[in-house]
Amino acid sequence: MKEFRAFVKKEFHHIFRDKRTLLVLFGMPLAQLILFGYAITTEVENAKMMVWNQSPGQFSNALIDKMISSEFFTLTESVNSRKEMLDVFRKSKAHIAVVIPQNFEEDFYRGEASIQIIADGSDPNLATILAAGAKGIIMTWMKGKILNPVSIETIGTSVRWHYNPDLKSVLMFVPGVITIILMLVNTTLSSISITREKELGTIEILYVSPLKPSVIILGKLAPFVLLSILNATVILLVAYVVFEVPVNGSVMLLFLESLLFILTALSLGVLISTVANTQQTALMLSLFSMMLPTILLSGFIFPISSMPVPLQVISNIIPARWFLVIIKGIMLKGLGIEYMWKETAILMGMTLFLIGLSIKKYKIRLQ
Amino acid sequence: MQNDSVIIANKLTKKFGHFTAVDAITFDVRKGEIFGFLGANGAGKTTAIKMMCGLSRPTAGEATVAGFDVNTQPNEIKKHIGYMSQHFSLYQDMTIRENIRFYGGIYGLRGKVIKQRREELIAELGIEEYANRRVEELPLGWKQKLAFSIAIIHEPEIVFLDEPTSGVDPITRRQFWNMIYEAAERGITVFVTTHYLEEAEYCNRVSIMVDGQLRDLDTPKALMDKYHKKNMNDVFVQLASTSTRTE
Repeated sequence: MKEFRAFVKKEFHHIFRDKRTLLVLFGMPLAQLILFGYAITTEVENAKMMVWNQSPGQFSNALIDKMISSEFFTLTESVNSRKEMLDVFRKSKAHIAVVIPQNFEEDFYRGEASIQIIADGSDPNLATILAAGAKGIIMTWMKGKILNPVSIETIGTSVRWHYNPDLKSVLMFVPGVITIILMLVNTTLSSISITREKELGTIEILYVSPLKPSVIILGKLAPFVLLSILNATVILLVAYVVFEVPVNGSVMLLFLESLLFILTALSLGVLISTVANTQQTALMLSLFSMMLPTILLSGFIFPISSMPVPLQVISNIIPARWFLVIIKGIMLKGLGIEYMWKETAILMGMTLFLIGLSIKKYKIRLQ
Repeated sequence: MQNDSVIIANKLTKKFGHFTAVDAITFDVRKGEIFGFLGANGAGKTTAIKMMCGLSRPTAGEATVAGFDVNTQPNEIKKHIGYMSQHFSLYQDMTIRENIRFYGGIYGLRGKVIKQRREELIAELGIEEYANRRVEELPLGWKQKLAFSIAIIHEPEIVFLDEPTSGVDPITRRQFWNMIYEAAERGITVFVTTHYLEEAEYCNRVSIMVDGQLRDLDTPKALMDKYHKKNMNDVFVQLASTSTRTE
């Protein structure tokens, strides 16, 4: 125990005296949170809209006013020909065009009015959102104006988003950012911290000392467990205070599951360090083997169900995929352990497998 | 074999696949002796030292170090030896006091003992003004002297020094050897490898490894007489040039 304390103390010295480690440990999480929370958002505000009104009149003007008065759109251009319209699109001065045809006013009375919406498809995500938004505003407006509603639209659909009623993207990003941070920080830092001793040659001294391999590994990892829990707490607090993201489920469960996931990431880092002999190799392995798969295949950004089957299969071995289900379940849905024991068991299995493999590799190295 | 031998190796062998790194070496090292372990790069010195430090299991043969068997009691061996390598074995980003405390700690010394030995050690080396500074600020020669002092902080029975003086200037090397003599006088056995052959002449006895085998073992004077050479360098070159191993 005395030996273990001395070792952990040394590790804290290394961590707090290395600016790069501190930056990765504490700078990266906040930067990511703010980046994802503010900059990368799927909510649309003040999209640039142009209008080609071929039938100016009471109704068409009212409709345009209605669209502008929503937060969705800002009128940037009014055009009078197809050529002009295409020109505005080419210059990217508008994302969407609302084309009101010539006989709109007359057709409107007869209940046969139609409107064309043209969106700039070079940004498909935005185009889809804008087109849907425009359609929604127009339908609502028409329903209010029509004298005989039956003739135009008899069946309406009403969609309600459960768990995230306002579809705030930050609610999705906070669990995602915590997942990515815990994975990357722990894998990278633990693998680097061990390979650094290899590179400097100090590891020989540890091997020759009476310290047991388990004490060395645990001593290496213990500080990261503590600091990661601290990290997760800070992210949750910032998320709560700045972005008003609540934890709907048990905070205790969230911390326990996070601890499990931290251990998974750390054991992966240890495994990498048994393969890599230099800090640079360790860094490359951690980043390339973890960063892209964790971000792209975990379901954080792209839904797993819409991936091609081979990628869906690969996503099963990404620890972040399982933790994301857990953390979203606890934070957004307020679920308890009974809904996530499968994912928890998978993470436990992965951790045990990685630790077992590391010990095996470590023993081979010693022979 | 004498009773006061602290290392006894009997046909100690290590094979990696078909390659025999250490080929049945037999020798003993007496208590308080300064034992030179010479050999060209690739002769098998490092592998032999690893086996004696309990880091690597022999393929065949046996050895006891400080009375413990390398095959069955490697952890006991580790408690009774010190080790210093050619690489810096100190943590550059920690202060001298922190380094000393760390090594004392991992060898299980009590806090009070560590504190007392630490202050003695700092005073002996005359590095009071550096004591709270990071090791990276210390000149190379002092780093090596400090590393040696730390390697014997737990009063081991044997200290293994793997090319401790490489890259150190001649004056510091001389001071370093004075420290080795003092340690030997206190009863610590010193097992040292070096590439500086004039240092071999400071040893009580010297062994020379060629191609994994122990080619000769005696006092420097006896070896020089036997091969009719004026210095250890010539003895070494004559023996090492019989090597058939290509690196």
